[in-house]
Amino acid sequence: MILSNTETVPGKEIVEFYGVVTGNTVRAKHVGRDIMAGLKNIVGGELVGYTELLQDSREEATQRMITQAESMGANAVVNVRFATSSIAQGAAELFAYGTAVLVR
Amino acid sequence: MNFGVPFIILVVAYFVGTILERRHFDDIRRREAEVKNFPVLTFETLPTDWQVGSAGLATGSVVVSLDYFKRVIAGLRALVGGRIKTYEPLLDRARREAMLRMVERAKREGYDAVVNARLETSRLANSRGNGKGTAGVEMLAFGTAITLNKRW
Repeated sequence: MILSNTETVPGKEIVEFYGVVTGNTVRAKHVGRDIMAGLKNIVGGELVGYTELLQDSREEATQRMITQAESMGANAVVNVRFATSSIAQGAAELFAYGTAVLVR
Repeated sequence: MNFGVPFIILVVAYFVGTILERRHFDDIRRREAEVKNFPVLTFETLPTDWQVGSAGLATGSVVVSLDYFKRVIAGLRALVGGRIKTYEPLLDRARREAMLRMVERAKREGYDAVVNARLETSRLANSRGNGKGTAGVEMLAFGTAITLNKRW
């Protein structure tokens, strides 16, 4: 499955469109990460726990989008975009969406 | 005596935060020098003499938090308005770090350039306090990594 955030896949031609595919996941932080973040809030800098949490969530959301595209018979997803939103207390939603296509 | 503890935290935050920030900027500059020759475009149209081999998605992200000292200064700034100069280096670091991670990952996976690079910012809210207050800011850099059949 080829992913691209451009409208076409560079070097290939789109022969069929299957429509919009999406994948999302909602993740909450656990207490351990919260405590580390609380300490980091004093000196500032990167919150490694949160970075990894969001990266894993993004991978999962992307994987769900790919699975949906595969079920339609597509072999590529173009114009992939991401959205991160803070939903409830301590929970973030990762949303990935794109257009499933067949490329040659 | 009662405001001694927050004052100590403030002083610690200032010194440790400044040292960490300077070290991070040095690290960023060194890594940027290493990927100087890797093309990153923010648009889709490719130069006409580029022949694309394969393509894939490249992402890089970082979540940063504000230290206590910066937040106190920003709170004071909020009274009179204007540029909050204490936040600017932090967001600059976060953006450059996210871009570097995207480029380093693309390079590691064997790609030659990144096109249509985008930067997105999201605010993460606190879990206590009903979502008021910011726990961190996430910077996401993503683009399409391509391999080129012609090298220069």
